[in-house]
Amino acid sequence: MNNKLFEYTLRIADDSLILGQRLSELCGHGPILEEDIALTNISLDLIGQATNLLEYAASIENKQRDADKLAFLRVDKEYKNSLLVEQPNGDFGSTIVRQFLFDSFRRPFFEALASSTDESLAAIAKKSLKETKYHLKHSSEWVIRLGDGTSESHQRVQKSIDVLWRYHSDLFYEDEVDLALVSENIAPSFKEIKKEFNQHVLAVLEEATLKLPDNNWEFTGGRKGMHSEHLGHLLAEMQYMQRAYPNMEW
Amino acid sequence: MVSLKSIWKFLEEVKDPEVPVLSIIDLGIVREVLFVDQKAKITITPTYSGCPAMNHIEKDISHVLNTKGIEFVEVETVLSPAWTTDWISENGKKKLFEYGIAPPVDEPDKSILFAKPIEIQCPQCYSKDTSMVSLFGSTSCKAQYKCNVCLEPFDYFKCLK
Ligand SMILES: [Zn+2]
Repeated sequence: MNNKLFEYTLRIADDSLILGQRLSELCGHGPILEEDIALTNISLDLIGQATNLLEYAASIENKQRDADKLAFLRVDKEYKNSLLVEQPNGDFGSTIVRQFLFDSFRRPFFEALASSTDESLAAIAKKSLKETKYHLKHSSEWVIRLGDGTSESHQRVQKSIDVLWRYHSDLFYEDEVDLALVSENIAPSFKEIKKEFNQHVLAVLEEATLKLPDNNWEFTGGRKGMHSEHLGHLLAEMQYMQRAYPNMEW
Repeated sequence: MVSLKSIWKFLEEVKDPEVPVLSIIDLGIVREVLFVDQKAKITITPTYSGCPAMNHIEKDISHVLNTKGIEFVEVETVLSPAWTTDWISENGKKKLFEYGIAPPVDEPDKSILFAKPIEIQCPQCYSKDTSMVSLFGSTSCKAQYKCNVCLEPFDYFKCLK
């Protein structure tokens, strides 16, 4: 059970860590000052969540790897984030759509995880949920503004949905790890979460005059360590300091 | 013998490094104070998961208590129950306003998109004719506002529940 709990915690942690790293790339590069500040604040929340989760993962594993070692010294196949969060920032519309799909998943997910029988996961979920509600409000309102905005913004954000929607299934990927923990009431089942996710996404898209793509393309594999080509580049940047100067500290 | 009451009092000297008018007591992040075998054990909780001030605050707690003659100090961070702006004291809210930061106001459910904006009072000219510039601001806990009367920008300490 401990191996499964470690694996499960890592999946949640890596979603926060990798998306936090992606958003941090925008520090000083946001489209306007307010959005630069907003996206990097969201990044900070996510990295804080990742710290809490990785500290917990390290304590479960109990192999003298602390949160920093887990964050900076794994190879790409050992990262268990979903494919969605590692996708590049692209234009502002694509950054926002990626965030919107992720936040739409994360709010009901944390809400459900808050009643986990695992006290540590429940505590982290309750804390993170409060932050996630702000993230979701921000990304949802932007999807509506951009979708129901100018023809240029509409066309661009629609294109991002067409491209990024194929990765949303990876957020709901379920295997023996989840199923074992669901039976112990440690992990929530994805069934209800997916329902809430769909409801929110469709309501916002309708308001935004946007639609889901016609195809049923689904890409999964992140939870098993099978990533897109983008993760390696992100890790090269994120791990550079620890690889070049092992054990260095700020 | 050091009383618990005096330790709580000493902790009022530890300020939030990002909002220096607020003590950690005003902010409501001190959850428990124990004094056993000449050792003080202080339990704190972070405001936001990524709050970068927590390390500073831990060091400041030890430093302040050391200068008061308490040699052994242990600071523990807990995540549960999760912090809420409801724990900011009334005095703390007053100090925020005087410092130029609008204190948290009870907000409706955040799931309502484009909800009717809440009334935030300008800490410069006291007008309630203000508008939000961004949900996010200079630190995790703040949003950016502007006043439509005196035209000054200001920070709002946003409601976290
Ligand atoms: Zn004013």
